[in-house]
Amino acid sequence: MANEVVDHGRRRFLTATTAVVGGVGVVAAAVPFIKSWEPSARAKSAGAPVTVDISKIEEGQKVTYPWRGLPVFVVNRTKSQLDALPSQDSRLVDAKSDQGSAEQQPKYAQNEARSIKPEWLVLVGLCTHLGCVPDFVPVMKPEPFDPDWKGGFYCPCHKSRYDMSGRVYAGVPAPKNLLVPPYHFVDDTHIQIGVDPKEAG
Amino acid sequence: MTKRQFPMKKTIASIALVLGLLVGATQVMAAEEGDLPSAGTNIRDQASLQRGAKLFFNYCVGCHSLKYVRYSRMAEDLGLSEDEVMKNLNFTGAKFGDVVISHMPDDSAQQFFGKAPPDLSLEVRAKTADWVYGYLNSFYVDPSRPVGWNNTVFPNASMPFPLWELQGVQTAVKKDGGDEVEKLELSQPGKLTPAQYQQAARDLTNFLEYAAEPAALQRQRYGIWVLLFLAGFTFLAYLLKKEYWKDVH
Amino acid sequence: MANVFTRIGDWFNERAPGMMPAYRKHMTEYYAPKSFNLWYYFGSLALLVLVNQIVTGIFLTMNYKTSAAEAFNSVEYIMRDVEWGWLIRYMHSTGASLFFVVVFLHMFRGLMYGSYQKPRELVWLLGMLIFLALMAEAFMGYVLPWGNMSFWGAKVIISLFGTIPVIGGSLVEWIMGDYLPADATLNRFFALHVIALPIVLLLLVVLHLAALHEVGSNNPDGVDIKHGPKGNRWDPNKPADGIPFHPYYSVKDLFGVGFFLVIAAFIIFFAPTFGGWFLEHDNFIPANNLVTPSHIKPSWYFTPFYAILRMIPSFFGTAFWGVLGMFGAIALLFLLPWIDAGKVRSIRYRGTGFKVALMTFAASFIGLALVGAGVVGEKLVEWVPTDATFWENAFGRVMTLMYFGYFVFLWCYTRLGWEKTKPVPERVVFDHD
Repeated sequence: MANEVVDHGRRRFLTATTAVVGGVGVVAAAVPFIKSWEPSARAKSAGAPVTVDISKIEEGQKVTYPWRGLPVFVVNRTKSQLDALPSQDSRLVDAKSDQGSAEQQPKYAQNEARSIKPEWLVLVGLCTHLGCVPDFVPVMKPEPFDPDWKGGFYCPCHKSRYDMSGRVYAGVPAPKNLLVPPYHFVDDTHIQIGVDPKEAG
Repeated sequence: MTKRQFPMKKTIASIALVLGLLVGATQVMAAEEGDLPSAGTNIRDQASLQRGAKLFFNYCVGCHSLKYVRYSRMAEDLGLSEDEVMKNLNFTGAKFGDVVISHMPDDSAQQFFGKAPPDLSLEVRAKTADWVYGYLNSFYVDPSRPVGWNNTVFPNASMPFPLWELQGVQTAVKKDGGDEVEKLELSQPGKLTPAQYQQAARDLTNFLEYAAEPAALQRQRYGIWVLLFLAGFTFLAYLLKKEYWKDVH
Repeated sequence: MANVFTRIGDWFNERAPGMMPAYRKHMTEYYAPKSFNLWYYFGSLALLVLVNQIVTGIFLTMNYKTSAAEAFNSVEYIMRDVEWGWLIRYMHSTGASLFFVVVFLHMFRGLMYGSYQKPRELVWLLGMLIFLALMAEAFMGYVLPWGNMSFWGAKVIISLFGTIPVIGGSLVEWIMGDYLPADATLNRFFALHVIALPIVLLLLVVLHLAALHEVGSNNPDGVDIKHGPKGNRWDPNKPADGIPFHPYYSVKDLFGVGFFLVIAAFIIFFAPTFGGWFLEHDNFIPANNLVTPSHIKPSWYFTPFYAILRMIPSFFGTAFWGVLGMFGAIALLFLLPWIDAGKVRSIRYRGTGFKVALMTFAASFIGLALVGAGVVGEKLVEWVPTDATFWENAFGRVMTLMYFGYFVFLWCYTRLGWEKTKPVPERVVFDHD
């Protein structure tokens, strides 16, 4: 025969339990859909490390290589360009790359030249302001934007400037030094962009 | 208001019927490829997949691509390191994340064989594992064919037999006075015994079955948990329903 | 905390005072007969599957490439390279087939219990429109992977329109946008499948439910609860045999959903191709306009209608009769409320003739499906190799006659006084569970 007395406690308990378990199920079901937005195996493969031959890059020359869809500058710096670097320290926002630009390079590039070997500069060529590709202005002569120019990078979009180590000058819109990607020397004539030296080990 | 007799049993009976039909259907489907011997593949057998991969890259990739299969994915699913894959399986200079492309350019193949060797990424899904296994076991010499070989499972295929070193050479015994092949005989032994070759063919088929659907490994694993969870949820929902329906009479 | 919710509720009530009454009208004060049985799960399940198709469809569209050159590759990309892409794809393909399982059973319930009879003819017509839209949606969806079955299925079905006298040839070219199913065809099918038909389907479903709520639900006994005794334990003015949809049927449907999901999950995770019936073997081969699949057949849910098409021969130099037959088979379903002049709704109280006829109809539908799927043909080739086609046609034509015969029979049965019904009870028969 029918039970006339409603056990509200049991009802609340069962409703709550079912709702919680159902909720867990819904969240679990949502996970694959959300994860499907992560880079696919194809994107990861295209983002794979890139090995470049630097033997043909002349002194003072920059070559751009694509890596993960980003332009990577590889610059063969001259001795005079390297020697001029310390003179710019006082004009820069973060000369030692240990303040606001602490995250802009791997540990092995946290030095004046911001590189493993001094002559070879490897940078992601995107302005840290809003992402334009800066011009390479290596010649040390007075420029409209700097009468005392010692070589570096000039961004045409909003006139940010960086020195020959990619360090940002004070008083420009860009906040940080240009990014140094992970990279290492496979041998004397080849750089692999995308892998740190110890990983390659 | 009248009551019907034993409605609960009827409900359980109909549910059991549905489930039985479902399971039965899958069994019927599995058994449907009548003439072909059962391939006996098991993609969870990693050692077999590794052997099959080795065979594929030594004997097949010269002509056949696996354009949807990545070296990196194979490493992950077959339990191989990047080094092992790049040394033992990659002969085309491809990068680790690249897909498997045969070295033979399409137009040369067209010239040699009259037909470009098809990509094999989905062969097992298109033809079934039993078909591929049967195919690998059924080559025989046939001087009337341009490539010198024929196959009872795929008559007049334009494919020479790359595995004859392992299986040996089969010849066809024709039905009296006709062209119909009655059976195949091993007229020249190969490096492997017939039983060993069948295992090699099984491994290769197994690898191709994996290549056709790498996700099969994951879906079976997750499936158990999903089913258990859903069964639990359904049971809870049933209790909830019964509780509320006490009100109804 | 509860105060916040009350205040938000009050904010809405001031600005949209009709919302709460609408909720009550359609949920807590929609009184449905208490005797719903197993057959009554399929409506809510259909809604569940629709939501699944839309959500998984949206995510598939994020990675699918609609050009003829890239479509097939993009599906394999989803299956292999996109994280969890395989699951989203299998949920969509399994959902498509389960949609038809659920809808066929849902429609059969209507046939059994006379749910199409007055005053529910509009509910039935809207449902039939949903069925038509669903078939078009499924057909176009199947073309999108651009496998060989996609291509040849498209070619065969579109060419049916070529049999229409006078306009046929131009019509086919117009549908395809080319001289054979090609990039243009694929792109327009994508647009229709992804946005146009889903909007139509959603609209029709809303109308279908609205029309149902206008007249109230039927029940396995075909008893009209609105014109019966009044007064139940929730409301003295509502039907005695009615119970509020919420919470009783929402909670019961939740259980139905759980059970259904167990079956769906089993298929998705352990048998996603369902032996080649949900994902055909030949569709793992890219579209090839030079090679027709040896076992060409439409998806299983079209096979009964495909069989009718094949079983009606060409006359007077045209195959149009088969096409007419195929569409006629569906058109007759539209007309059921007027073909069936019976006064009793439910099979439980109708004459024996009706029961036999309906079982025969169901059997013919299954028989036609087996013919259309080529199963009958294959078996016959084993048993009678030389006469297989003859016997397949014989069997298929008998099934076709049985199918159409149902409507002819029903028309006569209910108008010529053949039907002897049993008395319909005043109250529903409630399975005390």
